Amino acid sequence: MSGTYYLFAAYAATWIIHSTYLAMIVRRYSRLKREKKETGRRS
Amino acid sequence: MKRGFPIVGVLTAILLIYALYEALVGAPTEQTMGNVQRIFYYHVPSAWTAFILFFINFGASIFYLIKRNQAADMVALVTAEVGVVFCTVVLITGPIWARPVWGIWWTWDMRLTSTLVLWLIYVSYLFLRRFSSSGETPLLAAALGVLGALCVPFVYFSIWFFRTQHPQPVMGGGGSIDPRMLHVLLINWLAFLCFAFLVCWSRYRLEKLQRDVDADHALESLLDLRGSAR
Repeated sequence: MSGTYYLFAAYAATWIIHSTYLAMIVRRYSRLKREKKETGRRS
Repeated sequence: MKRGFPIVGVLTAILLIYALYEALVGAPTEQTMGNVQRIFYYHVPSAWTAFILFFINFGASIFYLIKRNQAADMVALVTAEVGVVFCTVVLITGPIWARPVWGIWWTWDMRLTSTLVLWLIYVSYLFLRRFSSSGETPLLAAALGVLGALCVPFVYFSIWFFRTQHPQPVMGGGGSIDPRMLHVLLINWLAFLCFAFLVCWSRYRLEKLQRDVDADHALESLLDLRGSAR
């Protein structure tokens, strides 16, 4: 395998890790926002 | 504060794209390793960013231990989590570079092993924060954060103290680097630092919201209890 494949693999892995983490933050944030709105409505 | 977020986000995105362009096109090709050497522009800045985040965790943990400040506790948690993400990048990009250059994915070399140990320490920190329900969790986590940060200089200087396969440090070490490569390396580090700051900012807002929601739930159950007692 040429070095370019390894280079691509390393850069892709980096952005997959960061995107996954960012997606987790965004998903949790929207869930909490919804929860906060619901608790605000109840009280 | 909220208005600044999209501006910083756009600037960081531009800087990351420019840094990527410099890493892939702008930087000269290394003669012996070829294109594989370009992994270095992601691997090294990720490691430095992780170290900085662990040091911020160290400072915030000490501050929490002294003042019992909630904001310091949140900063400690956020920097540990984002630091683990960057350290994961280091532990994945390193073996991808090592395979074509050394012929092996991994060796139990001091630098590699100590980085893995550092990662495990902060993963256990996050496990402690996630799964412990004790009121003392932030205190225990702060103590672990202080001990974990003590490993950072050991990881960095391990290539000085032990015979190792890992290349010599770019900064403060015996190795020399082409000035154009150094420029690209520093651009990428700056881009990763801005990105880490942005992620920490988002994660801090998330943590604040999480604590607000938890407080609302606690209040709600308290009111329910009082209502049923009447």
